[in-house]
Amino acid sequence: MEKAKANIDYNNTVIKLRGVAKSFEDYAVLRGIDLDLFQGENLVVLGRSGSGKSVLIKLISGLLKPDKGTIEVLGNDVCCLSDKQLRELRIRIGFSFQNSALYDSMTVRKNLEFPLVRNRTNITRKEIDKEVEEVLEAVGLSQTINQMPVELSGGQRKRIGIARTLILNPEIMLYDEPTAGLDPITCIEINELINKVQQQYNTSSIIITHDLTCAKSTGDRIAMLIDGQFQRIGTFEEVFHTNDNRIKPFFDYNFTQ
Amino acid sequence: MDTVSNTPTPAQKKGNTFRQRLGVFFTDIYKIHLFILRFFREAFVPPFEFKELVRQCYEVGVRSFTLISVTGFIVGFIFTKQSRPSLASFGANSWLPSLVSIAIMRALAPLVTALIASGKVGSSIGAELGSMRVTEQIDAMEVSGTNPFKFLVCTRVLATTLTIPILATYTAFIGLLGGYLNVSVNEGISYTAFVEQFFQPLMFLDFTASLIKSIVFGFTIGIVGCYQGYYSSEGTEGVGKAANGAVVTAMFLVFIEEIIIVQITSNFR
Repeated sequence: MEKAKANIDYNNTVIKLRGVAKSFEDYAVLRGIDLDLFQGENLVVLGRSGSGKSVLIKLISGLLKPDKGTIEVLGNDVCCLSDKQLRELRIRIGFSFQNSALYDSMTVRKNLEFPLVRNRTNITRKEIDKEVEEVLEAVGLSQTINQMPVELSGGQRKRIGIARTLILNPEIMLYDEPTAGLDPITCIEINELINKVQQQYNTSSIIITHDLTCAKSTGDRIAMLIDGQFQRIGTFEEVFHTNDNRIKPFFDYNFTQ
Repeated sequence: MDTVSNTPTPAQKKGNTFRQRLGVFFTDIYKIHLFILRFFREAFVPPFEFKELVRQCYEVGVRSFTLISVTGFIVGFIFTKQSRPSLASFGANSWLPSLVSIAIMRALAPLVTALIASGKVGSSIGAELGSMRVTEQIDAMEVSGTNPFKFLVCTRVLATTLTIPILATYTAFIGLLGGYLNVSVNEGISYTAFVEQFFQPLMFLDFTASLIKSIVFGFTIGIVGCYQGYYSSEGTEGVGKAANGAVVTAMFLVFIEEIIIVQITSNFR
């Protein structure tokens, strides 16, 4: 399916990274990166395993702290926020984990209710049920409402994970490897869901992946992360048609696969 | 370049390892103190997770109930049986209920309950939180605007602190039952007479000390299990280590606390 034209506001930067560096012991994962995400945009971060893609979105959501640089999300400097302020900011950010991270001990319904009841204190039972049903319908999994996560397939778990983040109507979505470990048809369904979320919920998203099909079908811009730095940022075509020897092998290998 | 001179000798290696281990040990002590301080800072500040606390209390009670019932009964029964010959040699069989009551109330009930809870509850908390850490469920809670420390740690530590004293009291009564069965078979004493003699030597201090001990043990089991699980390293190996660490550390600390509390309470007798 062709990606519909996104409504991007280039005057409104929702995420701004400047000179962000992060090391783990002696290994420098990110070496002073700069990045802008515009309102309504889907930005795909491509890179090899271990290149620091997941670290990047963990820094944005405040799960990790950078060694250097500033991270501004929706006008807030993530590094300078108190725990309470960070929690309030996180409600505006949806994070879809690589392994879905569904709560094993809870049913799908309880998984979806969990963020809702904790962040909206005055919500009634009727409203909770309505919102849970609506978000399940949006991801096309209404029938799984009373199932446990262990009873779901990989694709279903991903979609429920996305639904759990959507229930709080986030302004920004962070997807960590949304298509990893899924069959090609489920990958297409997830890619369509990511585009649907962008259109329906008007979100700005960062999609971390090394799946070129996912990158091509969901991304408005692609950022190529190599050796801890963005080597190239642009549309898929711009990044794809490059003579840069550090980038070319990544595309060649993926397409021969 | 002289590579030989740069290679650490076995003695240097040993020194490094020892120094590193010592460093890790003190870092762990520092981190666990911070963890305990964080618990006191967050557990008694709203919003409270009452529903989860009740669920955890139920889990702690149910998980240990059967094992504690069986063990408590056996401890009471065997202790009575093993003590009889010693008392009989002085012709003091009638003191058996008093001896059993002092042993069970002052030491055995809280200690046996704590050891069983360390194995059943502590390991379960360590493994559960460890697996939640590994599968990013704790991170998922954090990014959804929930405080995972309050929801997962505070509720579990409060649950063990509140439930283990109840379980210890229950163990004492089951131990009493075991002791009574043995005494009634051998001495033919009535239940009323046994209970009367059982409670006769006990003082208010015995009940208080037993209660305080159980509260301290419960807190220890909860905090150690949560600490091990909450900070478990990534991977399935980390989950196993968290569960194992929770049991071993909690049991060790329970014995140390037992010695300290006994020393303190004996000053008040």
